[in-house]
Amino acid sequence: MRYFLLRLTHAVFLLIGVSILTFLFSTLAPGNYFDEMRLNPQISAEMVAALRAQYQIDRPLPERYGRWVNSFLHGEMGFSFAYNSPVAPLLWVRARNTLLLTMTATLIAWALAFPLGIWSAATVGRLPDRSIFGATAILLVIPDLVLALGLLIMAVRSGWFPTGGMVSVAYESLSTLQKFRDVAWHMGLPVLVLVLSALPILVRHVRAAVAEVLDAPFLRAAASHGIRRRTLLYQYALRAAANPLISLFGFSVGSLLSGSLLVEVVMGWPGLGPLLLEAILARDVYVVIGGVLCSTVFLVVGNFIADLLVYWADPRIRTGAVAR
Amino acid sequence: MIPCNGWKRWLFALVVLHGIIGCAGFFAPYDPSEQDRERPYLPPMKIHMVDKEGRFHFRPFFYSLHLRVGSFDQFREGTEQAIPFRFLVTGAPYRLFGIVPSRLHLFGAQASRIYLFGSDAYGRDQLSRILYGGQISLLAGLLGAGLTLFFGVLIGAIAGFYGGWRDGLLMRVAELFVALPWLYLLFALRAFLPLSVSPLQAFFLIVVVVGSVSWARPARLVRGVVLSARERDYARAARGFGATDGYLLRRHILPETSSVILTQAAILVPQFVLAEMTLSFLGLGVPDPVPSWGSLLSSLQQYSVLVSYWWMYLPALAIVPFFLGYLGLASALQQGAGTGEIEERV
Repeated sequence: MRYFLLRLTHAVFLLIGVSILTFLFSTLAPGNYFDEMRLNPQISAEMVAALRAQYQIDRPLPERYGRWVNSFLHGEMGFSFAYNSPVAPLLWVRARNTLLLTMTATLIAWALAFPLGIWSAATVGRLPDRSIFGATAILLVIPDLVLALGLLIMAVRSGWFPTGGMVSVAYESLSTLQKFRDVAWHMGLPVLVLVLSALPILVRHVRAAVAEVLDAPFLRAAASHGIRRRTLLYQYALRAAANPLISLFGFSVGSLLSGSLLVEVVMGWPGLGPLLLEAILARDVYVVIGGVLCSTVFLVVGNFIADLLVYWADPRIRTGAVAR
Repeated sequence: MIPCNGWKRWLFALVVLHGIIGCAGFFAPYDPSEQDRERPYLPPMKIHMVDKEGRFHFRPFFYSLHLRVGSFDQFREGTEQAIPFRFLVTGAPYRLFGIVPSRLHLFGAQASRIYLFGSDAYGRDQLSRILYGGQISLLAGLLGAGLTLFFGVLIGAIAGFYGGWRDGLLMRVAELFVALPWLYLLFALRAFLPLSVSPLQAFFLIVVVVGSVSWARPARLVRGVVLSARERDYARAARGFGATDGYLLRRHILPETSSVILTQAAILVPQFVLAEMTLSFLGLGVPDPVPSWGSLLSSLQQYSVLVSYWWMYLPALAIVPFFLGYLGLASALQQGAGTGEIEERV
């Protein structure tokens, strides 16, 4: 229990730190949302001044931070100038879409990485291992931007996947099952990009972790007791190799989030990525801060889940010394 | 990566690749900003050896492209005139490495402009733009990596060498930077810097932004090495003989970190080239008239370009050999250092 509390306080401090950090960055900003307005002859100087006063952008940094924390605690996370609404509801819709994308991609990537990595480790140096190695090498040298654009071009030319957006035009008139299928169909391409860009690293780590365990005496003993190879690999070896892989899971969430940011913009998926980009171009400060914070929350939660899994998988942590 | 124990081979391949980009003026047939409004979105030209009548030519040649009648994006080859491909021709003036003035180009043609990789919306030669664009992208990556490693080594050395509260504070801040997904962090930092700037300013902005975002990982690694090197016998002996902190760091401790730094450099450079591409692609980096791999790709954000003009995608493929080279180098260096696996790119 103490272990979790420790983790939790760590996470909370991290979030506070990140929010302060992004606020500090925001003071570096030359210009703000209302600078554009000054150029607009339709809007009088008094109006701009009144708006500036209303949104309190001219106040000193600590005061603004205090107000922001206050609005955060009220579930608003500041105010978006461009959308003229609190940030939280804006973020919530987008974050849900991003989460849908990244979680699906994470699950598929890991579901593929385990069998491929184990297969590779079980046949070290032979044909399956070599071909998996070659395939991951190819995927590793293709950056996600290149992959995303390439697949998008292929999709456009072949017409196999819809290109852009999350739902079809007639979405509202569909039945629940059709809605589900529609979203799944639109998800295909972005998820494919994310999975392909995450896969090589995961497969290689699974392979390395399992290959290391396969040499262990307890596995040789188990094998000589006549336990089936399948059981041996998927239960005995995997259990023993789990630890580094679980902490990799935490990391993989982070890289998938970064990848998803880009893929969303390229593929027109209405997630955090396009929102953040628009907010940057419009100087919508609180949306940017909210978006960055949101991604940090995802990452922290991902790492927290990883911690929980380690706790569940590794009895050494349960019984005592908290490894930091 | 690919089983190969010699990091020298990878380094050689990289030097060759960088050399080609560095001498872009020589390898590119035209100036990257030279427009030809008559020929927008020309598809890549084919090089022929055998002409329409079936005659073999010793000198490779190409046909100029003309719009098909009644079409606006279909081209036919004007087979009536074979335009010979010439090597080492004089053309648009350029400065090799920005210093040596020259007019010599590897290839070109006299009667018509040659577009091996097609042309863009303004009829600019895509091949020349890719080569010149590589200079911006690679330089941004190299300078960014240099800056990151400088910060990383500085902070890591201070944290590891002096320890105490400095160590605690610096490592907590580093944790913050590692905690954020790095593209989001990049965006956040970019968000709060000026949007409309000149290309040169934009370039340095990118270098600084990219360079100051990911110092945390190298700093942590350097700190680890410094911590152990500080307690080595020879370091303690030198201290006992009255060596100053500066001498100790310079002479005994920082050399220990060189393999970590080299490996990190091989990992960071391609990552930063990609970061420049991503930012410019999204319109947050080097703006259009100046070519960079990212800004060349940004035209693909228009649906019509994406559908019709596949050769606008070619700049994306230019980065792949560089990725291959750097990954090979990084894993060869890591194998040399005995750590084996490729580090997770977060």
